[in-house]
Amino acid sequence: MEQERRSVIRWLLGGGFAASIASFLYPAIKFINPPDMPEASVNEVSGGKTQDLKPNTGKIIKFGSKPALLVRVSDTEWCAFSAVCTHLNCTVQYSGARHQIWCACHNGSYDLNGKVVSGPPPAPLEEYAVNVRGDEVVISKRT
Amino acid sequence: MATATRPGSLGSWLDERLGLSALREFAAHKTVPLHSATIWYYFGGITLFLFTIQVLTGVLLLLYYRPSPTEAYESVQFIMTRVQFGWLVRSIHSWSANLMIFTAFVHMFSVVFLHSYRRPREITWLSGLVLLGLALGFGFSGYLLPWNKVSYFATKVGTDMAASVPIAGHQVARLLRGGADVGGATLTRFFGFHVAILPGLTTLLLVVHLGLVQRHGMSSPPWSEGKKLAQMNFFPNFFLRELMAWYAALGVLGSLAALFPWELGEKADPFGSAPAGIRPEWYFLAPFYTLKLIPSHVWRIEGELLGLMGFALLAAWWVLLPFWATNSQGAVRTRWVTGAGVALLAYLVTFSLLGYFR
Amino acid sequence: MAAAAFQGGLLLLVPLASAKDSCVECHGNMDGTLKAPVTEYTNDIHAQHGFSCADCHGGDRNADDPEAAMSAAKGFKGHIARTAVPALCAHCHSDAALMHRYKPQQRVDQLALYVTSVHGKRLANGDTGVATCVDCHSVHNIREVKDPLSPVYPLKLPETCARCHADAAHMAPYKIATSQFAEYRTSVHWEALSKRGDLSAPNCASCHGNHGATPPQVASVADVCGTCHVLFEEMYNKSPHKPAFAAMGAGGCTVCHSNHAIHKPGIGMLAGAGSVCAQCHEANSGGGAAAAQMAGLLTKLDSALNQSDTVLNRARDSGMEVSEPILRQMEGREDLVKARVAMHEFRVASVAKPVADGLAVAAETRRAGEKALQDRDSRRVGLALSLVTILITMAGLWMAIRSLESKPSAVPKPAGR
Repeated sequence: MEQERRSVIRWLLGGGFAASIASFLYPAIKFINPPDMPEASVNEVSGGKTQDLKPNTGKIIKFGSKPALLVRVSDTEWCAFSAVCTHLNCTVQYSGARHQIWCACHNGSYDLNGKVVSGPPPAPLEEYAVNVRGDEVVISKRT
Repeated sequence: MATATRPGSLGSWLDERLGLSALREFAAHKTVPLHSATIWYYFGGITLFLFTIQVLTGVLLLLYYRPSPTEAYESVQFIMTRVQFGWLVRSIHSWSANLMIFTAFVHMFSVVFLHSYRRPREITWLSGLVLLGLALGFGFSGYLLPWNKVSYFATKVGTDMAASVPIAGHQVARLLRGGADVGGATLTRFFGFHVAILPGLTTLLLVVHLGLVQRHGMSSPPWSEGKKLAQMNFFPNFFLRELMAWYAALGVLGSLAALFPWELGEKADPFGSAPAGIRPEWYFLAPFYTLKLIPSHVWRIEGELLGLMGFALLAAWWVLLPFWATNSQGAVRTRWVTGAGVALLAYLVTFSLLGYFR
Repeated sequence: MAAAAFQGGLLLLVPLASAKDSCVECHGNMDGTLKAPVTEYTNDIHAQHGFSCADCHGGDRNADDPEAAMSAAKGFKGHIARTAVPALCAHCHSDAALMHRYKPQQRVDQLALYVTSVHGKRLANGDTGVATCVDCHSVHNIREVKDPLSPVYPLKLPETCARCHADAAHMAPYKIATSQFAEYRTSVHWEALSKRGDLSAPNCASCHGNHGATPPQVASVADVCGTCHVLFEEMYNKSPHKPAFAAMGAGGCTVCHSNHAIHKPGIGMLAGAGSVCAQCHEANSGGGAAAAQMAGLLTKLDSALNQSDTVLNRARDSGMEVSEPILRQMEGREDLVKARVAMHEFRVASVAKPVADGLAVAAETRRAGEKALQDRDSRRVGLALSLVTILITMAGLWMAIRSLESKPSAVPKPAGR
């Protein structure tokens, strides 16, 4: 009887101890293993390949929590801005016909420096830096 | 419990080189007095255990955290969303921090009410108070690290209070903030405090504090003096019970982390306005609310200054407790100390609640 | 050299500021209505540029003697008749060379516009009940338009127009309604102006013109609205409503949206009790069916988005990190906006496309929310498992303690202290 009780205790204690240690170590080991996307992209985002955007066109890219507008002005010239209109937060777009950034909501227009040209927007668009690395376009916040 | 080791065993090999048998001898004789208040003896150990949890989870978080204003919030978000079990490690770290400070206060008050501060344990008391201060420092510095709106403004308010101290205040605030305002420099500096300076000091003080506890043994309450109290062996009896308490604490932490995960908040915006109803973490609520109540000027002295002076006096009085608690004959003024302890506890609890609900 | 030129410039300004003005000197010492213009004039833009009362009223500002100062020989006009006001102001304000000295950008066509306006035409026929320059711009304390205290500052302009146009007694002879101001104040445009401080939002002058104030012609309503609401004008012009309304002599956008009481539009305008479409289209007609279908599509997308919002909020409130799907949800809401815009082509197919895009987003975010809830549940399962191992260990510890302490050899020995 005594032996049985002893071995029950031993099993409970030993088994419980081992299992509990495993349940602590398992998350810790998983934690140390870096996730697939190791970088928290905060200040920099890829704008895709240079071939993907023709001259005098623009496209919307997600930058952090807000949309950004990447514009290929010519073969060699690129610019990028926050795509959030400063009037009422609609998403702006590039107009190749007018070489301007336009907001469909209330007809606001910005030039390719982000400055307001006409319409209701009260402030210019925040400009981002664009760097072409090889055949990849990278947009980053200006510090 | 046998204290000798079998010849030729691993134990005897280690013993010859490390002198473990002396440790075993000591451990075998360590006892805990048994009386109605024995349960309070657990709280020092629980605080130490929670501190160990903080170190372990903190080291894990260090693998992903980035201490700069542009990346801090995002790295914590990364930990919470992308790192496997990141939510668990981070939430445990935040919950355990609060629990540790709570148990540290319980431990301190239990020492007061059981009068364990009395001769020859005065230095243990002093080192314990320094450790409490370090724990609050850990809390204050760690709170800023996620760099969200609440933590940014809490730090601003806290360092502003430091600045209002006369003569040295502005220098102290500058030293804390790493500059004139709370900003990136503050974050880097607080990170340094939190992961290097405070842990270093805490380790030192812990060695002193724990060493002294071993030297003097567990104290018995004054009303047991003259009586022979039954004792329990620390190893294995009390320690097994402590393990149960520690396991229970782990269960509580895990449950809190899974059921009430610590929130991310919104990223700090130094140019934005403070969120309405901003207040510090609960362990700073009592002094915070007290300062709110003091009018802006009392007989030409600035109210905030008066409040801080008051806190300084209170702290000094509390630190010197073992000395004023003993009369010229060496007897302890237990009634006075118990009264003071109840008063302080009542003040802290009441004002913390008021600070929370008002 | 530069310093000398600068000092010279300063010298020029000084005499202007303290140039002799006998009108102000005398009238400043009087009281009541004779003094009032002097007090008001201190705020006037003309005073700041050195103009004197005499520049409008004639007379001699340098003469101290009242008879000399206010002599007809010196061109003193006295009180200016209302019918003479526009011409008097235009004497300077239509003079391009003169205005160029003070404000090169300032327009000089105000009078030309005014004479085309209803006010101008009636004034020319001797009707003094209509607005002249001083009625809107005030007379002795004329401020710049950009000055928030000016009666024609965008925020104050509607009140200024309403002084006459909301006054039933005043407007009675003209047989024009006086409800416009009250209606305008219920509109989204006034809300944008007054509550959000958005100065780009239209006030009376934005649609009616200011100096050439004339209500837009029925045929040009869509163009006027289209100066800001470009896409809607484009779509409306391509839609079957344009020729239909033109034939009816009905004013474009205002047919459905009203002219002054422009409220926030909603799906309720398409279908249901407050349906605007039902005012012309019978339920079983082509138009009525199209309206019902479009309303159905928009409602479908709106409720899909609301449902996935609910799931996401539940996940978020349980502490799960769902900030990315919540962001993606904004794109779904944008699709709903695009669908509501596309509705103005009055074709079901135009609305169907953005609705389909939006439904895809709503489905995606809903799946993300549900996955977050599943993760939350699996966390709880994991917690339960680890709690079980903890409890087992605690049970083992407890039993070990019991077994240790039930043995006689485990009776604790009394020790010192």
